[in-house]
Amino acid sequence: MTTLTDAWAWLTDPAHWPGDDGIAHRLLQHLWLTVVCLAVSCLIALPVGLLLGHLGKGGALAVNISNAGRAVPTFAVLVLLLLTPVGRWGEGPTVVALVLFAVPPLLTNAYVGMREVDRDVVQAARGMGMTGGQLLRRVELPLALPMVLTGVRIAAVQLVATATIAALAGGGGLGRIITAGFNLASTPQVVAGAVLVAAFALAVEAVFVAVERLAPARARGGGR
Amino acid sequence: MTGPPDDCLARNEWICGAYLSTRRHILLDAVLQHLQLTAVSVLIGLAVAVPLAVLARRWKAAAGPVLAVTTVLYTIPSLAMFSLLLPLYGLSATLVVAGLVLYSLTLLVRNLLAGLRAVPEEIRQAALGMGYGPARLLLTVELPLALPAAMAGLRIAAVSAVSLVTVGAIVGFGGLGNLIYAGMNTYFKAQVLTASVLCVLIAVAADLLLLGVQRLLTPWTRPDRA
Repeated sequence: MTTLTDAWAWLTDPAHWPGDDGIAHRLLQHLWLTVVCLAVSCLIALPVGLLLGHLGKGGALAVNISNAGRAVPTFAVLVLLLLTPVGRWGEGPTVVALVLFAVPPLLTNAYVGMREVDRDVVQAARGMGMTGGQLLRRVELPLALPMVLTGVRIAAVQLVATATIAALAGGGGLGRIITAGFNLASTPQVVAGAVLVAAFALAVEAVFVAVERLAPARARGGGR
Repeated sequence: MTGPPDDCLARNEWICGAYLSTRRHILLDAVLQHLQLTAVSVLIGLAVAVPLAVLARRWKAAAGPVLAVTTVLYTIPSLAMFSLLLPLYGLSATLVVAGLVLYSLTLLVRNLLAGLRAVPEEIRQAALGMGYGPARLLLTVELPLALPAAMAGLRIAAVSAVSLVTVGAIVGFGGLGNLIYAGMNTYFKAQVLTASVLCVLIAVAADLLLLGVQRLLTPWTRPDRA
């Protein structure tokens, strides 16, 4: 129990908030990394996933890339990137690793969502004379939206976790509070940093759950 | 006068045969620690997940909280999870195992529960009609039918655990992650690449091994080749 009170004391100490290593700066860094990399990953993965799903091609690739992503340790990728020329470019390794690990769930869910659209509905739309583009935008995309949103949520949670591990390889973000705590052998700081990271991750998850609730009823997963 | 040796170690190359031969024992120790941490965590996770999933299936009111807690656990990033357990376990292998058990548990409970729920109601009714008691129904009907889903969860849990063990390097018990961590601090390219590749190989091997076990345990799911 004393550790928890010590961690709380560390967290509420005003001296730990300002400055480059301060909680406020680290929190903003973490948020910025998550938001920017999520946007970049969506721009890369969603068009590809939706188009592959629409065409019904490349399914094995779109599905297996997720499984492959799980087998590759985030930490190893971060360190490998750090030792390549990318490592000289500030947050380069972190950004590249974040995007690499966010793309698979986005791609897989976009593809599966598009493929799971009722074929009868697609046939009906074609029969009404819709072109491929109209079909994609007006029929398939709205029906695939719940799966796509789930993919975005999984990717966001993955981004928060990866950005945390980036601290081990010298990247910025909330993880730095934890690694600094380990270096100082300060358990209260380690626990305080961990609580911040956990709260941040849960807040991101909660935002997406709220977005899914607010989305139109038809965009919600059936019966959930 | 002889200059420094001009081999791939001195040139700090990514791929280096001399590294493999001179550090064989370090690599072997790291691989063994990696396998041990993974296996112990996943097995403990499995031992806890089965009763939890059965409980959540039998007692409907428990399903909601069990799923909610596992979702929260899974959302917490690994580095934070290990750090939160620090006051409980200190800098020890137990800390890494405890963290990994929590992740494996989450994946296994979700998949087991999905598998149990997918058992067709008619089959359960038929078994009950044949006079099966609840224990016999669970052991000889429901669990075998949930096996494919459970094994899928086990494969995901094992592969994730292999990859997450590396983060244990923060407390000095990360198997191959220790070598990656040390290699990063000394800019040792061959060590980082070798350890990373070994990590992926272990993950793939674990996945294939469990796939083989799944095939042996569930012969009825194999496509009929006759």
